[in-house]
Amino acid sequence: MSEAFRTRDGGRIDRTRPRSFRFDGVGYQGLAGDTLASALLANGVHLVGRSFKYHRPRGVVAAGSDEPNALVGVWRDEASYAPNLRATQVELYEGLRAESQNRSPSLRFDRGAMAGLLAPFLPAGFYYKTFLWPRRAWARFWEPRIRAMAGLGRAPTLPDRDRYAQTYAHCDVLVVGGGPAGIAAALAAAAGHARVILCDEQAELGGSLLAETEATIDGMAAQAWLAEALARLAREPRVRVLPRTTGFGYFAHNFVGLAERLTDHLAEPDPQAPRERLWQVRAREVVLATGALERPLVFPENDRPGIMLADAARTYLRRYGVKPGSRAVVATAHDGAYRAALDLHRAGVAVAAVADLRPDPEGPLVEAARAAGIAIRPATAIAGTKGRLRVRSARLVRIGAEGEAGGGASAGETVGCDLLLMSGGFTPSVHLFSQSRGQLAFDPVSAAFLPARPAERCRSAGACRGTFGLAAALIEGYAAGEAASAAAGRGGAPGLGFAVTGAIDTRGGTLGATPHGRDAARVKAFVDFQNDVTAKDVKLAVREGFRSIEHIKRYTTTGMATDQGKSSNMNALAIAAVALGRPLPEVGLTTFRMPYTPVSFGAFAGFARGELFDPLRRTPIDPWAEAAGAVFEEVGQWRRARYFPREGEDMHQAVGREVRAVRQGVGIFDGSTLGKIEVVGPDAAEFLNRMYVNAWSKLAPGRCRYGVMLREDGFVMDDGVVGRMAPDRFHVTTTTGGAARVLATMEDYLQTEWADLDVWLTSTSEQWAVIALQGPRAREVLAPLVAGADIGREAFPHMSVRACRVAGVEARLFRVSFSGELGFEVNVPADYGRAVWEAILRAGRGFGITPYGTETMHVLRAEKGYIIVGQETDGTATPDDVGLSGLIGRTKKDFVGARSLRRAAMAAPDRKQLVGLLTEDPREVLQEGAQIVANPQTPAPVPMLGHVTSAYHSPTLERSIALAMVRGGRARIGEVLFVPMPGRVVKVSLCDPVFFDREGVRLDG
Amino acid sequence: MQRFSALSLFRQGLSGHRGWRAQWRSPEPKAAYDALIIGAGGHGLGTAYYLAREHGMRNIAVLDRGWLGGGNTGRNTTIIRSNYLFDESAALYDHAVKLWEGLSQTLNYNVMFSPRGVLMLAHTVHDVQVFQRHIHANRLNGVDNEWLSAEEAKAYCPPIEIGRHLRYPVIGAALQRRGGTARHDAVAWGFARAADAMGVDIIENCAVTAIHRDAAGAVTGVETTRGTIRAPKVGVVAAGHTSVVMAMAGLRMPLESYPLQALVSEPVKPVFPCVVMSNTIHAYISQSDKGELVIGAGTDAYTSYSQRGGLHISSHTLEAICELFPMFRRMRMLRNWGGIVDVTPDRSPIIAKTSVPGLYVNSGWGTGGFKATPGSAHVFAWTMAKDEPHRINAPFTIERFRDGLLIDEAAAAAVAH
Amino acid sequence: MLLIPCPWCGLRPEIEFSYGGEANIARPADPAALTDEEWGAFLYLRTNPKGRHAERWRHANGCGRFFNAVRDTVSDFFETTTKPGELPPSGGKS
Repeated sequence: MSEAFRTRDGGRIDRTRPRSFRFDGVGYQGLAGDTLASALLANGVHLVGRSFKYHRPRGVVAAGSDEPNALVGVWRDEASYAPNLRATQVELYEGLRAESQNRSPSLRFDRGAMAGLLAPFLPAGFYYKTFLWPRRAWARFWEPRIRAMAGLGRAPTLPDRDRYAQTYAHCDVLVVGGGPAGIAAALAAAAGHARVILCDEQAELGGSLLAETEATIDGMAAQAWLAEALARLAREPRVRVLPRTTGFGYFAHNFVGLAERLTDHLAEPDPQAPRERLWQVRAREVVLATGALERPLVFPENDRPGIMLADAARTYLRRYGVKPGSRAVVATAHDGAYRAALDLHRAGVAVAAVADLRPDPEGPLVEAARAAGIAIRPATAIAGTKGRLRVRSARLVRIGAEGEAGGGASAGETVGCDLLLMSGGFTPSVHLFSQSRGQLAFDPVSAAFLPARPAERCRSAGACRGTFGLAAALIEGYAAGEAASAAAGRGGAPGLGFAVTGAIDTRGGTLGATPHGRDAARVKAFVDFQNDVTAKDVKLAVREGFRSIEHIKRYTTTGMATDQGKSSNMNALAIAAVALGRPLPEVGLTTFRMPYTPVSFGAFAGFARGELFDPLRRTPIDPWAEAAGAVFEEVGQWRRARYFPREGEDMHQAVGREVRAVRQGVGIFDGSTLGKIEVVGPDAAEFLNRMYVNAWSKLAPGRCRYGVMLREDGFVMDDGVVGRMAPDRFHVTTTTGGAARVLATMEDYLQTEWADLDVWLTSTSEQWAVIALQGPRAREVLAPLVAGADIGREAFPHMSVRACRVAGVEARLFRVSFSGELGFEVNVPADYGRAVWEAILRAGRGFGITPYGTETMHVLRAEKGYIIVGQETDGTATPDDVGLSGLIGRTKKDFVGARSLRRAAMAAPDRKQLVGLLTEDPREVLQEGAQIVANPQTPAPVPMLGHVTSAYHSPTLERSIALAMVRGGRARIGEVLFVPMPGRVVKVSLCDPVFFDREGVRLDG
Repeated sequence: MQRFSALSLFRQGLSGHRGWRAQWRSPEPKAAYDALIIGAGGHGLGTAYYLAREHGMRNIAVLDRGWLGGGNTGRNTTIIRSNYLFDESAALYDHAVKLWEGLSQTLNYNVMFSPRGVLMLAHTVHDVQVFQRHIHANRLNGVDNEWLSAEEAKAYCPPIEIGRHLRYPVIGAALQRRGGTARHDAVAWGFARAADAMGVDIIENCAVTAIHRDAAGAVTGVETTRGTIRAPKVGVVAAGHTSVVMAMAGLRMPLESYPLQALVSEPVKPVFPCVVMSNTIHAYISQSDKGELVIGAGTDAYTSYSQRGGLHISSHTLEAICELFPMFRRMRMLRNWGGIVDVTPDRSPIIAKTSVPGLYVNSGWGTGGFKATPGSAHVFAWTMAKDEPHRINAPFTIERFRDGLLIDEAAAAAVAH
Repeated sequence: MLLIPCPWCGLRPEIEFSYGGEANIARPADPAALTDEEWGAFLYLRTNPKGRHAERWRHANGCGRFFNAVRDTVSDFFETTTKPGELPPSGGKS
């Protein structure tokens, strides 16, 4: 298809590089440098989308990120499908495929447009008032249908293959916005030798300069000046210029989020290259030069394809060389539209009329338009438009002295057109300033909210501060950059004036609905195009008692579309203010929320995917376990071998074999994940006295003890064996998941409560590999490997620790048991862990040494009634609840949690206590988490006495066993209770939690 | 009250909707009421509604420093469920779910309660143990909650990635089918309209600056930015600002206020059929009627009233979302916002009388108060009207902290060992 | 992400720190002497002010040390940070 609406020359597109693309399956041609929107307009395509609620045909309205209508889906393949992209921001590449959204079966004939016929019955918030009966009809019938009608594009259905990058950056001056003010600010800051980051959301920096063809700056054509300024910035090593990068969020303490788009504009992106990059910038000073956005006019039927912002039309013409129509009507309250009218006129587009709401428009642009023979209608409004898929005509009516339009549906003059430009003036983009918690103030002269008091170290410059006009923006931007550089501790810049010619300052603007003389309750004058919110919806909300602008926004959904109200908020506010009868600034703005424009989830997620989503911690022995075919489980961030199945074994069989090996011979277990803390210093014992329920002072060097630590509220927090290596040195172990928490808690008490204690704490969790050797043959396996210590039965009794050498490696050898068997735990420096593990395996070969995993470890300890913190305890158990009150140092006056244990409720006889459970059927393994009741026949809610915390098949006892927490459990031992399961009840008898070797004779082998 | 129905909507449509009247009045505060409620969120407005409807207390007012429903009611991710572990919690939250089920009809306001199911994902053996405990306890408490295998979870919610290659693979899930979502604003508006119709004064932009007490210490009223208002009973339902209001009566609370963020994507056609939560990797997601993916983030580390949090908190949540739903990487964040949540040491609420006669408090809902709105309001109204707690909120006292009788849902679900 | 002035290391990003809650709530020297009411208050009752807040931070992923800060909980700006043992800033709640 030919580009019928392309101008012969001009613009920043590359006429030598055609680009073919498809939209809704139809092939078109555009040029390098086009956006999808400009390329479609060059082909005369205005109808590009359907609106959210009424499915009305919609065209391109804007030329940038404020576009509310032209939302498309773009894809290379299904895994790269991206919905809801603004055609005005999609850069054209060869072979681009895009489709329109929210229509079925086609954009031209959309079934959903039936909603438009029902529109009189679907005002703002209609869904709150109906679909009430029958009661289940909402969720079952109405909601699915409303959902199907709503939504815009469709979500991608395949996982996104693209990569996303993230980076942190620091700079002296961050400049957001690369228009004249932003570039001038960057130039000034660079001159002061500041580290500068300058970003702009567009593919090219320059902002309004990109469509400026008349003005000169310092004697150069504006675009030549731009090129030179950018070249100068590019030469500065301390300046980083980021195009296609949106400053989307302004967070506390000058932390600004930037989203950079890296590959979406490329025909064949490198699959290794990241698609987007999230910049997290900490700036000493920020200069906001975010410009201003043109406001649509709110007149009846202002939403037809072909109705466009005046400055957008000018951008299409000047920057992209596209005539957005053949015959235009211009509706305005601002001088800027005259410039667009003149440009169109010169490009050969017929300008049928300029309807100016103002009674006596004047100024150089108005005069120029008049001189060019353009018909100017002062005090004229648009009373309505016609045309189904493209605007066909506009009806112009005179506004009387009272500001009201001549009445009647047929009053006024109908003017044929295929393009209707509108300009309600410009709204400064104060989004980021407001996000930073800067205070805005309403400026009655420009009828805009402007930055007043910043909360952060930031400055606004140019149009976003209400400073319009090229020269003023340059000067203000430069001054802001200079001041920012100086405030950041860098140099100032040489003062610089900018000599600008040919730029004509513009004035004017209006807010809210324009007069039309028709029945206001019947016409659709759109405020928020995408969400189909009309002026009458806003008025309805006010009539229904919604007085806060936040209520009006939520009730009507105005400003809640994907453009977040960039073009609609001020008009909605003005309409609401009139309806409320209150001054506009008193009604106030809704809160600006990040992001400024939508940002991909992938950019926020960045590198954190798969293995990098959360670091996986592996022990030094992990590679051996993997090679040995271990099945792993995740515990905290660690992965631990759960069991080591042999050919054909399931978990049950493997665990049975592993348990028997430990009970009858010897097993070897990787305990390296245990938390370890080295507690050192003259007051180490006293410190532990205070941290643990146990008493430590009398623990002799070379001995160890099982310790329990409470939270200050008296509940069990962690446990582990503590060995005293020397009078002033303890080797503390914690649970795998609790290591960081325990160390942080210890540091807290040590630093802030007991700073007088002379103690150091060092995390050694990753310094020691821990190899547990358990079973009656353990000593026989280990003894030949040990040097420097006698590990004989008398010399090295249960709960001892020695520094020695194991397999030639410096070691701390513990004699401890979490299985009830004779046991040792060999701590060696982590780098030697695997070597020592393998040495022990070799030594144990003749004894049938068997590696076992956490599942077997759990069964072994459950047979012995040893608790696991986090399984038997759940943050609500005291030491006594889990049968450990005997550990509490009787002579200690105080320890963390001691006072809490003295509260009456802590000694209540009906507290849940640790017991053992035996099922009637020895093959029945209870489900962990199952509840225990006295009478299963009770109707719900059934009073529950407790729950099963651990349940296994015990290979040793050849039957099932379970641990449970049961109300008053210790006094109930011997009783029969019930575990109700879905559809059946399991009978259990309560017993002592120690199922095996109650006397502990096996500990000595 | 102007009745809402399809017919009234049709009739109004014929006349250009000119006949709709204000859904609630905007009255000037009177000098005295029988009771005052501080905080016009869902819980506060609901309290007023139930006080008026069930206890005949109609000479009452709800005061708010801002606009009604503007706090956490209008800022949350609208998840409704009752599959809590402890008997006390299950009773409270299930009381709420039962009220949710008929709330639209009760209020004559479509709050869009949508029982689309709440799926809680298990990623570790420990998760499975914890979820099974919940499921068994819930069943015996008459609360629906069932175990699904990973494949069944995927069938219920097709976008979930259940491959074993994930860093935290989904190994199963607990599903509460009666759980779901509702339209948050409509809850506030529906309660406001219905309460107003019974004579309750809802007074916005009226900040309480002091609480007045008599010589015996009992509450006599409040000072506000719109004058003195007398009342023998004052209920504080001020969410994140509870500590500030209670300090006016000289009370320190076991509360800290944290920023909590949430976000939505751009709207898309229906793609996500239920609510999915993963406590282990911190992801909470559903899709609104409008089509936005609604995603809850975590709290920031520090207390704050700033109503905003750090970027890294939202990012962390989206990492988890992208991991579980890799096809959503190209979805885009449309809006991110923050609320202030008041958190108790055991993460369960306080719905109770206080040591000050006539002063009542309903607070500490943390990150999960929306789901309890009608139930909380119902039992709090009872407590205020009768000066004694309802059976359901009797355990949710302030004194439970002194006594160590915590209702610690967080600890019960905590990852350890 | 806040920028937090560690009194030893200077300005560092928030992710290097862990939050320690309200400052100047000293553990009683003799907890046994306290009533349940008093002990409960120590454990759980917090000022939670809207405005100036004396609080504790730990530069957990840095120097590891605790310090006190005064921060405005409305703006999140830090007024001051002090090493333990230094006098709390004047006007700071102690």
